[in-house]
Amino acid sequence: MTPRRQRMLAVVVIFVGVSIAATLLLRALDMNTMYFFGPEEVLTGKAPLDKPFRLGGLVVNGSFKREPGSLEATFEVTDNVARVTVSYTGVLPDLFTEGQGMVANGRLREDGVFVAAEVLAKHDENYMSPEIAKMLDKKGHPGSPMDTLVEDPT
Amino acid sequence: MIPEFGHIALVIALCIAVLQSVLPMVGAQRGNVAWIATGRPLAHAQFLFLAISFGCLMAAFLQNDFSVEYVAKNSNTALPTMFKVAAVWGAHEGSLLLWSVTLGLWTSGVAVFSKSLPNAMVSRVLAVMGVIAVGFMLFILLTSNPFDRLFPAPFDGADLNPLLQDPALIIHPPMLYMGYVGFSVPFGFAIAAMLAGNLDQQWARWTRPWTATAWLFLTMGIALGSWWAYYELGWGGWWFWDPVENAAFMPWLVGTGLMHSLAVTEKRGLFKSWTLLMAIAAFSLSLLGTFLVRSGVLVSVHAFAADPARGLFILIFLGIVIGTSLTLYAYRASSLETQVGFTHFSRETFILLNSILLVIAAGVVLLGTLGPLVFGALDLGSVSVGPQYFELVFLFPMLPLLLAVGVGMHTAWRSANPRELFRRLRWPALGALVAGMFVPWLVFGSVSLLTALGVTIGLWTVIASLIDPAKKLRGKGPRITRSMVAMQLAHLGLGLTVLGITVTSAYTVVTDEGMKPGETVDIAGYTFRFEETLPVSGPNYEAIQGVFTVSRNGAELTQLRPEKRVYRVQTSPMTEAGIKAGWGRDLFIALGEQLGRGAWSVRIQYKPLIRFIWFGCIVMAIGGLVGISDPRYRQRARAKAAADGVTATA
Repeated sequence: MTPRRQRMLAVVVIFVGVSIAATLLLRALDMNTMYFFGPEEVLTGKAPLDKPFRLGGLVVNGSFKREPGSLEATFEVTDNVARVTVSYTGVLPDLFTEGQGMVANGRLREDGVFVAAEVLAKHDENYMSPEIAKMLDKKGHPGSPMDTLVEDPT
Repeated sequence: MIPEFGHIALVIALCIAVLQSVLPMVGAQRGNVAWIATGRPLAHAQFLFLAISFGCLMAAFLQNDFSVEYVAKNSNTALPTMFKVAAVWGAHEGSLLLWSVTLGLWTSGVAVFSKSLPNAMVSRVLAVMGVIAVGFMLFILLTSNPFDRLFPAPFDGADLNPLLQDPALIIHPPMLYMGYVGFSVPFGFAIAAMLAGNLDQQWARWTRPWTATAWLFLTMGIALGSWWAYYELGWGGWWFWDPVENAAFMPWLVGTGLMHSLAVTEKRGLFKSWTLLMAIAAFSLSLLGTFLVRSGVLVSVHAFAADPARGLFILIFLGIVIGTSLTLYAYRASSLETQVGFTHFSRETFILLNSILLVIAAGVVLLGTLGPLVFGALDLGSVSVGPQYFELVFLFPMLPLLLAVGVGMHTAWRSANPRELFRRLRWPALGALVAGMFVPWLVFGSVSLLTALGVTIGLWTVIASLIDPAKKLRGKGPRITRSMVAMQLAHLGLGLTVLGITVTSAYTVVTDEGMKPGETVDIAGYTFRFEETLPVSGPNYEAIQGVFTVSRNGAELTQLRPEKRVYRVQTSPMTEAGIKAGWGRDLFIALGEQLGRGAWSVRIQYKPLIRFIWFGCIVMAIGGLVGISDPRYRQRARAKAAADGVTATA
């Protein structure tokens, strides 16, 4: 092979290699990307049934239920428009309480209950997940306690 | 008055930094000796005023001066004194001030420990660091002033976030910042060398100890953060691929590559332009990390309340710094061709492979970290990238890299003999392979392919690092220099960390249980008995303590006392895990919430070899320490004479 051909071959090999690597990488990214939805999107069918996603919203006051002594809990989550029931088995985070924001990873069951694999709550009194803040902001929520929770540092 | 003094000191430091970024640089470009000479005193003065400013903020915390808004938001009269000190950097404004002070310290350090360097070079480095200091101080003064007053002053402060009330807050952020900000020194050296158009091997020798110092601080800072998250925040997790963790990890990956490629540039005069690019990239990633952490654009456990003005400022600053340095690089890099050759099979090849794989690793982490930002900017919805992405794609560059480490460190410069190398390494490699497949199986009863691979690679790296020292102990083998010891220690630490990560990930046993006092749970051969709950009281919190007895084969091992705390000011509950640490395994209990009828939710974990993760990092950092202690870097008189000779002819 002439040096020129060698170079051409090297370019082709590198190009093919990089393309394959990039495809695999983007596939891995796509497979592990979870979208964020609020209860309204879930009820209107925008959230996927076959794929895990993240559900965010406020825990409805008085909706938290647990059999005494059991780790199984259910509660409702709202964006002040719609409500979705969430079921979770396990230890809940410290700052999980009714009336506060939470984000859960999990899947939607056929009966419309969101089965959470993991529940996250805000981690300090002043902080609120930007995703929930934005969602509530969009939907308008006069008098919601969230207004006071998002701290304006300026 | 003290807060005003602090504010004024900060403004003065800014003015000095402006002078520092102009005078020495112009002096160096024009050859004006008097202007060049201003670099060092300006650097010291800048650091002095920053330290005064920092001291004033600390004084405000210690005196409970709640008329300062930042103090009122992050402290309280009941807060223990050590946390008052640490609270200075417990939130946004103060942590930026710490950033600036750290930069001042590094700048001052360069001014002190650069006696052997040509003055023009030093003044350029100081000027570049001055520009960065100007950016950050402007940022503080314009968007996040920690000295802002609050009127009327509240009677007491809102207290430090309970999550942060931990001794680790005292040491983790300063360590991390020393590392993060420390990469501004190699960055400064790179820019200075490109401006001077004079990038010889001497440049790499000057840069190496600084890079290694920053790297060892960053290593310790990340390890401390991981350990802290493990016992305080993470319910036993030690790495979450959280954007802020990634923000520190990416500069570490590229910084590690930079250290290696600097070695080639110093010893062999090769890879000059690649080394420059790595130096620029390492610091750019540090800045990007600061942007990610401080702007609140990403959902993260470290995110403070978001403020778009702050994010925009850092983004513009980031754009200027990266844009300018890459433009300069584009002009200069082509003139750096070298004629020195090396064969395909040599240490040079292995180090090139190392830095390419590390850059790829940083690249995939960057993609996963910024991916959600891109989605958000394009209005495609709010997404997050799960840890599974990182766990999967990170393996692809890391597995070959780790396999190559053990071989690379035994490969000669210039040209190595593959056959001879094979003869030397075949038994250690075979030993690692056999042990990697069978030891986990014998100890834990099962082994997956990936686990066997991980253990093999970890053991291989450990064994490969010990081959030469072991020979030395038997009185054979070549002379071992200090830089070789540094390399062997750092790689030994890497191997230990890999072993820890693999075994912990594969064999951790976790269970969530609802338990009443008197009940027991068995996991991994240990019996955990929930004895009772006790009320306890701390300086600024009340807690319920769970008492658990752990026994094995009927013999009592220890008692664990996890707590559920409620801090008096910020009344949110906090989990304090009970941990029995050990070289072989950790036993971990965290108390959840009351489930009714006297039952509690409890998370119990058995985590084998988890201490190896952090112990390995300590060994790596010690390796870095040995590396910078090499007397080679302190041959002042000779180097100075040689360097001045070079600049005189240039």
